[in-house]
Amino acid sequence: MAECHPVGFQWVMEAKARGATIIHVDPRFTRTSALADIHVPLRAGTDIAFLGGLINHVLSRDLWFREYVMAYTNAPMIVREDFRDTEDLDGLFSGFAEQTRHYDPSTWQYEGADVAAAAGQRDQWALMHRDEEAGERSAAGRRTEKASSMETAGAAGGRFHGHPERDETLQHPRCVFQVLRRHFARYTPQLVADVCGITEREFERVADALTANSGRERTTAFAYGVGWTHHTVGVQYIRTAAILQLLLGNIGRPGGGILALRGHASIQGSTDIPTLFNILPGYLPMPHAHEHLDLDGYVSADAGSKGYWGNMDAYAVSLLKAWWGDVATADNEYCFGYLPRLTSSHSNYDTVVKQVEGSCEGYFLVGENPAVGTSNSRMNRFGLANLTWLVVRDFNMIESATFWKDGPEIDSGELTTEDIATEVFFLPAAAHVEKDGSFTNTQRMLQWHHKAVEPRGDQRSELWFYYHLGRIIREKLAGAVSRETPTPEQAERDRPILDLTWDYPTIGEFAEPDAEAVLAEISGWDGEGRPLSSYTQLRTDGSTRCGCWIYCGSYAEGVNQTARRKPGREQSWVAPEWGWAWPLNRRILYNRASADPDGAPWSERKAYLWWDAEQRKWVGHDVPDFQATKPPDYRPPTDAEREDAIGGSEPFIMQADGRGWLYVPTGLADGPMPAHYEPAESPVANLLYGQQANPARRVFPHRLNRYAPSGETPGSEVYPHVFTTYRLTEHHTAGGMSRWLPYLSELQPEFFCEVSPALAAERGLEHGGWATLVSPRAAIEARVLVTERMRPVTVGGHTIHQIGLPYHWGDNGLSTGDSANELLPIVLDPNVHIQPTKADTCDIRPGRRPRGRARLALVQEYQRRAGITAETGTEAVTRRGGPS
Amino acid sequence: MGVRAWIEGWPAVRQIAGRDPLGRGAAAKSDRSRMLRARTEDADRMVRSVCPYCAVGCGQQVYVSGERVVQIEGDPDSPVSRGRLCPKGAASHQLVTASDRQTAVRYRRPHGTEWEDLDLDTAMDMIADRVIETRRRTWEDTDENGRVLRRTLGFASLGGATLDNEENYLMKKLYTALGAVEIENQARI
Ligand code: SF4
Repeated sequence: MAECHPVGFQWVMEAKARGATIIHVDPRFTRTSALADIHVPLRAGTDIAFLGGLINHVLSRDLWFREYVMAYTNAPMIVREDFRDTEDLDGLFSGFAEQTRHYDPSTWQYEGADVAAAAGQRDQWALMHRDEEAGERSAAGRRTEKASSMETAGAAGGRFHGHPERDETLQHPRCVFQVLRRHFARYTPQLVADVCGITEREFERVADALTANSGRERTTAFAYGVGWTHHTVGVQYIRTAAILQLLLGNIGRPGGGILALRGHASIQGSTDIPTLFNILPGYLPMPHAHEHLDLDGYVSADAGSKGYWGNMDAYAVSLLKAWWGDVATADNEYCFGYLPRLTSSHSNYDTVVKQVEGSCEGYFLVGENPAVGTSNSRMNRFGLANLTWLVVRDFNMIESATFWKDGPEIDSGELTTEDIATEVFFLPAAAHVEKDGSFTNTQRMLQWHHKAVEPRGDQRSELWFYYHLGRIIREKLAGAVSRETPTPEQAERDRPILDLTWDYPTIGEFAEPDAEAVLAEISGWDGEGRPLSSYTQLRTDGSTRCGCWIYCGSYAEGVNQTARRKPGREQSWVAPEWGWAWPLNRRILYNRASADPDGAPWSERKAYLWWDAEQRKWVGHDVPDFQATKPPDYRPPTDAEREDAIGGSEPFIMQADGRGWLYVPTGLADGPMPAHYEPAESPVANLLYGQQANPARRVFPHRLNRYAPSGETPGSEVYPHVFTTYRLTEHHTAGGMSRWLPYLSELQPEFFCEVSPALAAERGLEHGGWATLVSPRAAIEARVLVTERMRPVTVGGHTIHQIGLPYHWGDNGLSTGDSANELLPIVLDPNVHIQPTKADTCDIRPGRRPRGRARLALVQEYQRRAGITAETGTEAVTRRGGPS
Repeated sequence: MGVRAWIEGWPAVRQIAGRDPLGRGAAAKSDRSRMLRARTEDADRMVRSVCPYCAVGCGQQVYVSGERVVQIEGDPDSPVSRGRLCPKGAASHQLVTASDRQTAVRYRRPHGTEWEDLDLDTAMDMIADRVIETRRRTWEDTDENGRVLRRTLGFASLGGATLDNEENYLMKKLYTALGAVEIENQARI
């Protein structure tokens, strides 16, 4: 955090100055470790084992926060009798089909209830269920659909049929609490120490500090760099932290939580209002192709009738009204039919494979540089070279714009410029000071940045580009209607574009769309065109329009709430009048949990929100993330729906049961609880189970994307070292916004690798000299930095060396070097399709890499020595002693 | 300048007579330093902004003179950053004013070996044509089972995390209306 979110880290230091204990868990010793009280240099890729050990510590010593867990989590729910745990199946949960590499989650359910998918995976799951009942769908169809899966951030729901059985005493052997206890029992301090390559003492120091600092009087926060999500079990990493934090009562309370430290100015915003394939604004799922899918089916399959997702119909209809305006009516289902349908995963890497194969012909790159910035960059470049047209919008001539001229494959002779048919448009972009607009930072807070100057030359904002592109396309299609009467089919296909509300006012000589007008549409209007102030005003009857329900109210009263800038020193420590946080300017989510079930603060010290019996409402330091006047003793009638089905002592209002989930009965693709699997590529065998890697991970066997053998598989010794990629303070991701800047380039002039003195001695690497790193995908070179900051770890009696690789480089700009991303494989977490960048394997040798064709030959020579084939590393199920 | 003022201007005299007996502050200040003025003092205006790099969201004050950005400082009012910026945020002045930043559209024709110039309006028109053409050719009304798809997989888009919410909104809205679904950004990468 000190390295990558330096200014945010000031608050950690502030806490430390007030007596907080700072624990840093990271394979590398960084500036954060230097300032922490405890640094745990665990082996990359073993966090679930480490956190699982902490869960076991909390459960086996009865250190959990009893009242919180009993009232606010699903600990009492009883799991179905036919559920089988990893304990029973040597690392698999029940329901895994090896053939399809997918879990059928039906045995994970609660007894007596059927909970339809929680986050994101909702649409597929529920409709699949319906279709299965109706016998409509082939098994193959189901398989492909399941691949598109969920988007976790922010979304959570769940739909109940029936009432789950509970045991409030937590004694029933199949209640979630007992299932959890058995599941984590094997994560003993000794096993954790072995798997993670740390000492038991190190583990115990953390366990003691963490549990001593949780309870009524104290809270502990987890902050993670999003590298935590960069594993084939990334979602389960976060789940493990969530279980621990729920057991300790650290969610929804000040100083608690699990805080994602995101890495781009508006990466949170681009998830909320998603430029992502599987969701619509506000985490509404993109519809999947189903027979007879209508708006009601889409909503009812997904919404759940209890909790706030019960209002999904109002959110969806208001979005459709925002997009298709007066054309969207009850009679035409508010143009629901205009939405394109998904049939499988359309994630970035699926697109890359399609580009290489030639079935995706056009590509827009908007502030993104996959030629060096994405896993297996080489495969990405082959994709770019196989396009028909490519639009690159950026500040500088990034590698993704120039690959056809000077990419590594031109040097190696695998591609020649004249043979590359890709037509490339480079359009210079406007910078943040040259346009109005809002960023959403990592705490869900929208902040407006005001335009300071006009952009120069052809530089334009994306707002300008997309608005005018849409305008021109609409004009052309409308013209086509009058000129060459299109077929009725074509006219029908063009209707969604021609009917789109696309009449934004423009400003100035460049005709820049008014960004505030766009924000106003996102925030929404009522039937009279008055700005809405809350998503609770959204209606199902088409009378409201709102482009993103969670942002509803960001333009309340016609005022740009995101531009509020009351100085921090003139307001409370929560600073509610700076910017605007979604939803409804709430700064801590689920903050009802900061009070006990009766509505009183857990302690004076940690008071944040409480029930005022006189005023009969929730009061405190923040906007309640709860119905403001719902009393703590409210008990919903059995037939209650939507938010009315949530009791007065149930803080998790997006969940159908109002509870935080220790166990996930549905919604995840790789198990209801986390289990430690080794990374897809690992030099060691899994010490916990016979199952080596996440069985449900998505693999992409391709000649450009070979995998290393793992664990005890012969050949794994050819790639004996673990490498982990990361950022430096002085550069930004793939370097498009930093490698062209003289200051930053001077501070970090070139690519380097960090190795321990032991590894340097073993491989003859010289400090300041060159090293070549080889993975099954590529060979790259880096300057060598020999440092004690990298520490070898001992796992199962073997020494494992770890290599650190900052990933900012490419050949263009002022500061140049090979891209670490070349080494990375494309193999994905099955829930969110994210690649592992933090723990993979390679070899390292002294000297520079070969040039020209010899570079590829070196990679192939390693592949041969390791015996790599198309199947290597793709095994779903493994048993001890290698693949079954 | 009078003799008195001249003598009082001597650093040694300033050191003894002034409030800087150790001569490490005001007493040691040269005339040149005294004449220097911060760019921010003379700026025509200051505009509030937000750092464009990481998601901490540090507040920025952008100083403008003669319609050029002359300095970017941390915003002391921000409860997030309290006036601080890290090396990246502090270098963002260079990000926006760099002389080698691209200002013109560049075009590479299929199989071309060099960049060519292209007028922005022409580029926009050509890109619109590419989208329409690809969309038409790759359109899918239904799948093989007759289920409605109403989409194109013919073109894709990557990007959004460095952009504004309003920009992402127009992107998603336009792409979805066009039937394009392979829309992704850095959140997945
Ligand atoms: S100044 Fe540094 S810490 Fe602050 S938002 Fe910018 S990059 Fe992040």
